[in-house]
Amino acid sequence: MIATTTVHSGSVVLAVAVFLACAVEMVEALTIVVAVGTTRGWRSALEGTLVALVVLGALVVALGPAIVHYVPLSTLRLVVGGLLLVFGLQWLRKAVLRAAGLKAKHDEDAIFARNVEELSETPATSGRDAAAFVVAFKGVFLEGLEVVVVVITLGTTSHNLGLAATAAAAAIVVVGGIGLAVARQLSAVPENAMKMGVGLMLVSFGTFWSGEGVGVHWPGSDLAIPVLVAVYGLGAWALVIALRPRTRVETPSVLSVTERGGAHG
Amino acid sequence: MADPTPSAAAPANPVSGMVAAFGRFWWEFLIGDTPELFVGAVLVVGLIALVCVDHAARTWAAYLLPALVAGLLATSVWRAKRSGRA
Repeated sequence: MIATTTVHSGSVVLAVAVFLACAVEMVEALTIVVAVGTTRGWRSALEGTLVALVVLGALVVALGPAIVHYVPLSTLRLVVGGLLLVFGLQWLRKAVLRAAGLKAKHDEDAIFARNVEELSETPATSGRDAAAFVVAFKGVFLEGLEVVVVVITLGTTSHNLGLAATAAAAAIVVVGGIGLAVARQLSAVPENAMKMGVGLMLVSFGTFWSGEGVGVHWPGSDLAIPVLVAVYGLGAWALVIALRPRTRVETPSVLSVTERGGAHG
Repeated sequence: MADPTPSAAAPANPVSGMVAAFGRFWWEFLIGDTPELFVGAVLVVGLIALVCVDHAARTWAAYLLPALVAGLLATSVWRAKRSGRA
């Protein structure tokens, strides 16, 4: 009974983490694809997207089982845990700074406008549009590489690569479908909240596995993962609250306040 | 996150270009503009590895590790605010 519960809690966190990570990156990639499609036509944009997704899927299929087969589990957990820890901290740091109003939120509208402007400067060709294909391919591939790393690291370390890949595929279908339906309203997606969630889960998995890799005894075994998510969530919330009031009230002189020695904490 | 626009200085050799792109990806992925998080995470995990040499300390290392990670995040966020490089 306890074993079933721990396996399920770990699997649920794994699936949610991969789904959210993939969804966030899909929003960013989709912005580029929609910009290409509306500017240069959908055929080449969708072809570039499809080829990029196939290449990314092939990377997961090729690398995932090989890593599981050849790398010892303790080494895998230490390396993967360290990777996830660093990667997750980067996401969480940005999300906290954005939530506190210290960093501009990701602006899908600006990215869309920039891509449209750049594509408009390139002369259109008859037949297949190479520029549209390349921009769509690169957009999806570069954003997707991070998802591939997340899928492979989370999937291999938890011995659940199939679940991780399925969660990523589900995110692609869901976000892709919704994104194409709403087309240019991707800026309405609560991207920072999703990034905060992904950052929390990546940091939690990273802490758990890097700890396991060096011999930490986690109370409750895998049940420690959702506890870590909750603890880090509280910490991130406290950071946002601690940073927010001063920036809201004294927006024009945030830096001058801290430079005068009035830093809090 | 990634910039899909073509690079201004594309390398002549496609192999070296791919190697450079691979290196750039991992540099951005692990270090980017927050080297303190990479260095800090390595130091934290290294410290916990040292603590875990003592078998008796392996359980309370489970409390020390998240505390150090949370401290690392708070330090990086505060540093960003103070330096204005958010």
